[in-house]
Amino acid sequence: MSSVPISHVLILAAILFVIGAFGLVVRRNLVFVLMSIEIMLSATGIAFAAAGSKWHQADGQAVVIFIFATAAAEVAVGLSLLLRIFRRLKTVDSDKLSTMKG
Amino acid sequence: MNVLFYVSGAIAIIAALMVIVSTNAAHAVVYLVLTFLAMASVFLTLGAPLVGVLQIVIYAGAIIILFIFIIMMLDLGRQTRERERSWLSFPIWLLPSILSIVLIIEFAVVLSGHGTPNSGMVILPKEVGKTLYTHYVIGVELVSILLLAALVTGFHFGFSKCSGENHE
Repeated sequence: MSSVPISHVLILAAILFVIGAFGLVVRRNLVFVLMSIEIMLSATGIAFAAAGSKWHQADGQAVVIFIFATAAAEVAVGLSLLLRIFRRLKTVDSDKLSTMKG
Repeated sequence: MNVLFYVSGAIAIIAALMVIVSTNAAHAVVYLVLTFLAMASVFLTLGAPLVGVLQIVIYAGAIIILFIFIIMMLDLGRQTRERERSWLSFPIWLLPSILSIVLIIEFAVVLSGHGTPNSGMVILPKEVGKTLYTHYVIGVELVSILLLAALVTGFHFGFSKCSGENHE
């Protein structure tokens, strides 16, 4: 790859993944937790696309398309669960979800 | 091309940080759109045009629409008017506008063809489709089943007259 070294792309993907993981751990609002998961999934997609571009294989982009489909399914199920939680508990605070004594 | 990658990577990192630290969910959605658009720009500079465009269509389109609808439905009903007024105040929309203007310029440069010195490295959608439907055809089937399951689950959970609403 002539322009951008792959290590920089992987560093960018790692930074975005760590930002998403940090938000996932720190935030208590379930909407922000889902947003952090989306950021993490996109960051893994960047890593796959960088690898595919490095070795000039189309497999990286194929895996990124799988990641897109998985993210779409995940956000649909997650947001419908969030809606159900809000209807039942009147809050989206994840600390309030202690009915199972977990 | 180098500069485009680093600028869009910096925009992605800044916008992702703003998503994490912002307290208002609507502001976070605006920054999330910016993050996804910057990631699409990263994909374009990496020589992955199909994935870059799909990132815009799926993430910045469909998933953001889902988030906006959910935030609208979750509106907790307190001081909505003042919040709407505060959205129009000056410093809130300044940073997103600056970042998106930079991104628009970047997209113009990339898509006009001036910024593709590594055009030999571009993996076209044709190759991706061939790989997807020869080597990964079982994966495509499984993903279609997964999407169908997500559709059924979303309909089941989102259906308001479903049983189990008044248990507790």
